Amino acid sequence: MKYINKIKSALTLTIVALITVGISSCGQQAKDSDAFRKGALSSDVASRVYVAPGEYDEFYAFVSGGFSGQLAVYGLPSGRLLRVIPVFSVDPEKAYGFSEETKPMLETSFGFQPWDDAHHPELSQTDGNTDGRWCFINGNNTPRVARIDLTTFETAEIIEIPNSGGNHSSPFTTENTEYVVAGTRFSVPYPQQDVAINTYADKFKGMLSFIKVNPESGLMNIEFQVLLPAFDYDLAHSGKGKSHGWTFFTSYNTEKASTLLEVGASQNDKDFIAAINWKKAEEYLAQGKGHDVPADYRHNVYDEATHMATSNQMNTVKVLLPEECPGLVYFLPTPKSPHGIDVDPTGEYIVGNGKLSADLTVHSFTNMIAAIDNKEYDTIIEGIPVLKFDKVLAGTVKAAGLGPLHTEFDGRGNGYTSFFISSEIVKWKVGTWEVLDRVSTYYSIGHLMIPGGDSKNPQGKYMVAMNKITKDRYLPTGPEVTQSAQLFDITGDKMELLLDFPTIGEPHYAQGISADRIVSKSKKIYKLEENNHPYVAKSEDATKVVRDGKDVHVYMTMIRSHFSPDNIEGIKVGDKVYFHVTNLEQDYDVPHGFSVMGFENAEILVMPGQTETITWVPSRVGVYPFYCTDFCSALHQEMQGYIRVSAANSSTELKWSLGE
Amino acid sequence: MYIKYLIIFLVVTTAISCGSGNQGADTDKGTDQKAGEATVHDPMKNKGIGPVKNLVIANEIDLEMAAKGEEIYNLKCKACHKPTEKFIGPAPKGVLDRRTPEWVMNMILNPEIMIKEDPDAKALLIEYNMAPMANQGITEEEARAMLEYFRTL
Repeated sequence: MKYINKIKSALTLTIVALITVGISSCGQQAKDSDAFRKGALSSDVASRVYVAPGEYDEFYAFVSGGFSGQLAVYGLPSGRLLRVIPVFSVDPEKAYGFSEETKPMLETSFGFQPWDDAHHPELSQTDGNTDGRWCFINGNNTPRVARIDLTTFETAEIIEIPNSGGNHSSPFTTENTEYVVAGTRFSVPYPQQDVAINTYADKFKGMLSFIKVNPESGLMNIEFQVLLPAFDYDLAHSGKGKSHGWTFFTSYNTEKASTLLEVGASQNDKDFIAAINWKKAEEYLAQGKGHDVPADYRHNVYDEATHMATSNQMNTVKVLLPEECPGLVYFLPTPKSPHGIDVDPTGEYIVGNGKLSADLTVHSFTNMIAAIDNKEYDTIIEGIPVLKFDKVLAGTVKAAGLGPLHTEFDGRGNGYTSFFISSEIVKWKVGTWEVLDRVSTYYSIGHLMIPGGDSKNPQGKYMVAMNKITKDRYLPTGPEVTQSAQLFDITGDKMELLLDFPTIGEPHYAQGISADRIVSKSKKIYKLEENNHPYVAKSEDATKVVRDGKDVHVYMTMIRSHFSPDNIEGIKVGDKVYFHVTNLEQDYDVPHGFSVMGFENAEILVMPGQTETITWVPSRVGVYPFYCTDFCSALHQEMQGYIRVSAANSSTELKWSLGE
Repeated sequence: MYIKYLIIFLVVTTAISCGSGNQGADTDKGTDQKAGEATVHDPMKNKGIGPVKNLVIANEIDLEMAAKGEEIYNLKCKACHKPTEKFIGPAPKGVLDRRTPEWVMNMILNPEIMIKEDPDAKALLIEYNMAPMANQGITEEEARAMLEYFRTL
């Protein structure tokens, strides 16, 4: 038998070797063909994205979940999905938005919002380097910014942005995470009011918001807003190095159209990049130039000590008016409805990607400061000087492709720009503006990402393209097909496609970071001693059931593999039952779940040392089972219990037990 | 073409020789296990597998330490171990008449390895319906305090 096995393996090896050698030679012949570009026949590509079982990926990628409202975490280069972090949408798998602890996270001035459209992840930075502390992401529909804590990979905070409509140009950090920003894509009446839509040009305004981030806790507050003309503010990036202290926002619809923007917003040859001097803003605030304006918005914070979120009503915001604050805002004319705006690692070059153009317009920060000093103005709009185009221009990447959208950098003096219309990425030289290489994407790329590619020191090994259309790239799944990303190796002169991988929702943007900046900080359990949840039961001795009128609080614990209590009686139809469930485990990766038959709610998935609360209003008399939803041990199937529901007018005694 | 065959030959040869090496190692391990089973096993001589190698216990019970141990025990262990009666796992009452102090501490500190490799822990796992001892992230100092608490039961 032994020898037969050996012969078998020898045969297998022969076949593998033959195939390998064969493929290598095919690869050589096909080098210049489209097939090679797709990577399909290149022999060594698979090994370059292969992460052996049990091995870690080299990078984390935080990829926007788009209209799913969530943030997906992938490993690179494998493209393996590691986790979906619920941010702006409810998630019954994790009880996000269903548990009593997390419901407040989705409160807004419009009430509970179970969904939003997540757009741009942005990692926190220290000295212009990604530091692995937090990831921010904007909600586009009901304007908000969220902060995800990268020790727990949980949403820790969400702040609503008042005076805003469609938070698209967000959250894009400054180089020490002094601020993340929010700019309104849709201008709205200011203050919000009942007016005719055709009063747009007079009554509507565009607001840019600066959210201060506490350097210790990460807590956000809207430090100030800047009131601007009613344009559409599209994307942003903050300066770095020499341009630290400034943030740049692209705008379109400087025509101020309020209908058929497809035509009306594309009339002007040039729109503007708004350059905001936020250090100057701080001076004006210190001088008391900020107007306290009534504003209705929510600030929701998850407290890790109590395992509970609270939603705080906010009532005012400070607004700066450009006409009262000279030097606060300048407009840089930029051709053809600029979309993305990106600042190179040195902070000198500001790339405006004119989405209806074939060219990239690159402004110089040094030229901008000189133009400001020399008052080289074309005109002044609502108190804001418009700098002369030719005085701020550094250069143009000419006829690079069609429809440039976004640019990232590799830290070796090269820019990489996505072109939506011509569906490609173009690599170009910063400073000489010459095109070095181009590669097709499949299909219709939006954003692209290089780990640290918008920071001072990119980790320029890989690049990820995020595509709008997938069509024939994967097995069909009916009319709705997966969204998709593509991984490229950018270490050589030529960009090289390595891998396609599916994403959740529409991947608008992503951030990447080498794993070593996060792994050591990742939390494994919540310590029971530090659990300050008001309804925690830290041991089975502390479990109980307490009636308070129609509210019944069940203090329950779970450990492999039983609930305490697991028999509960005396619940009545119409009661509101709060199950406060504490996982007593203190070992890594031993969550337990909980759900009750027929309750109109989600499961809870409780991590070791954590307490979560889920509610149930029983509507029918009977005895109902509950059970652990997450396989936990060989006795997982035994991890169950019963809860008895009596008629509303019954006199069934309230009692609870385990093992009696 | 000759080069191709040469590569195949080399790869195959390497694989075969690697295979033989592994088989040899397996056989050795098997012999060891048989030798182990042949001797009479005494739990009171078994110190278990883990960080605690040798522990000397004073005659007097340190009541202050025991109180601290009871506190940790109630928080982290009592859900499965009732102090004086069999529950999900065995009761700690009288455990030092059945086990060495080192074994008790290693069971608390290193349960994953213990239930896989230690003969007494393996036997307990089977006796207790395959409910594995959980690692509750106890420190060595805390485990020592709990051991003192067990002496008071």
